[in-house]
Amino acid sequence: MYKKDFPFFANSKTVYLDNGATTQKPQSVINATIDYYTKYCSNTHRSGFGDAAIATTEFEKSREVLQKFINANKKEEIVFTSGVTQSINFIASSFGKRFKNIIISSLEHHANIVPWQMQNRTLGNGLLVVNCSDNLDFDFTHFEKLLKENPNSFVSIAHVTNAFGKIHDIKRIVSLAHSYSCPIMIDGAQSLSGFKIDVQDIDCDFFAISGHKTFGPTGVGAIYIKEKFHDMVDPYITGGAAINLVDLEQGTTFLNSPYKFEAGTQNIAGVIAFKESLKYIENIGYKTIQKRKDELMQYLDSELKKLPDIIFYNDLKDCSGTRSFNFKDIMHDDISILLDKMGIAIRVGHHCAQPIMNKLKIKGTIRVSLAFYNDFSDIDKLISSLKRAISMLKD
Amino acid sequence: MSIKKRVENIKEDLEFFDEELAKYEYIIDLGKKLPPFDEANQIPENLVHGCTSQVWLIHEKKGDKLFFYGTSDAIIVKGLVYIILDIFSDSTIDELKEIDMDIIKELNLSEVITPNRQSGVIGMIKKIKEYALKS
Repeated sequence: MYKKDFPFFANSKTVYLDNGATTQKPQSVINATIDYYTKYCSNTHRSGFGDAAIATTEFEKSREVLQKFINANKKEEIVFTSGVTQSINFIASSFGKRFKNIIISSLEHHANIVPWQMQNRTLGNGLLVVNCSDNLDFDFTHFEKLLKENPNSFVSIAHVTNAFGKIHDIKRIVSLAHSYSCPIMIDGAQSLSGFKIDVQDIDCDFFAISGHKTFGPTGVGAIYIKEKFHDMVDPYITGGAAINLVDLEQGTTFLNSPYKFEAGTQNIAGVIAFKESLKYIENIGYKTIQKRKDELMQYLDSELKKLPDIIFYNDLKDCSGTRSFNFKDIMHDDISILLDKMGIAIRVGHHCAQPIMNKLKIKGTIRVSLAFYNDFSDIDKLISSLKRAISMLKD
Repeated sequence: MSIKKRVENIKEDLEFFDEELAKYEYIIDLGKKLPPFDEANQIPENLVHGCTSQVWLIHEKKGDKLFFYGTSDAIIVKGLVYIILDIFSDSTIDELKEIDMDIIKELNLSEVITPNRQSGVIGMIKKIKEYALKS
């Protein structure tokens, strides 16, 4: 029904079920990219000629669209980055290093683990990790214990977990963190494509955004920075476009947010096209997107449960678009190779979340991640292919 | 039989299948035929680098020849291990030292396995050559 908006589906026979890794792009996003490169390709915020002014205007429109999209209070609270990984690295390096302790959860993906480890923080040495239950639920009791013992820490938690699609109750997490004077960053990599984000309602201090997981271009994302932190966050990289004055004797003064955080030439085409993906989502509406994904997930879950020896690690409840599983005595890698040959795109492995795989004592899972444009026939093809693969692999 | 002749034989076997999934069924069957591999040898130093799945490879010297034994935790890769062992095991050390072939190209494996899995096959041959050079 929605696939007609996405040229990929007209050109590829692949049954695309790897939306957790990246999403397909609607024609309007592709058109905006082409328009920039073919009609007014110029640098932003520097040159004064007409095309450069159009580029700057379109670029800044994206900031305003994203501001309204996530209900940030001001457009200055939106800083463009290359994506969630850069957003988290930026905040870790430019703000998180001020804190003695960092609190993450055991369900985080590497993008929210490694930036902290680069500061030589490991478990028990400045890195505190919230436990999860056997069913992969966030352990609020343990979280509060860590907060109580370590007030004034920095907290960084995924909204929806990468490997299992588990939705965290972030409003409750943010509220608890704040009650112990802990600023908090939410990793929204897997959530912005699925449901409405209102950063003022959530009351988080930082919110990391990925463009390409939200039907936008690759290499573009953003970090929401609550205004009260603007002066406390240092520039991550410096150079042109971030600078107010440079004096070889006196040193440098920076512009205000967001420009002091956006040195160098940005992914201009990407930023400009990103807003088209947000407009596309608004046109479809989150209610429709969520309803569609819920229906697809219910169907996927019920069909998967009919397969022999399937192993799940969490319930369907509180899952957003992602179902992660294994089959007894079958290596996920074998399933991946055979499904690929049958034209089904899924992802297998540790999904950049090795710690939770280690906790579960598995090497990885088979991850099916849906988007609203998938349809029931995609799931039927997946199931019939899984059946064939299992029959080939079983003794 | 020379390594070159064995490669030709395997290539003939693989080319026999018109339907791609039938080729996989054949490789999976080869994987199931792979002799048991002692768990005591599934240690880090016997791991082959570059494999998406884990592959262990050991060798035994008998006279002027080397014999190889291996396994994987994935059945399709086990089939590939079977093929590699079939080609290189029971070869003279001198012949193994001279190995300089693009096995992916020779066997048309690029149609069978993706680039990140191809590096595992290349890793196996590299380890075989290393064993030969040290023998």
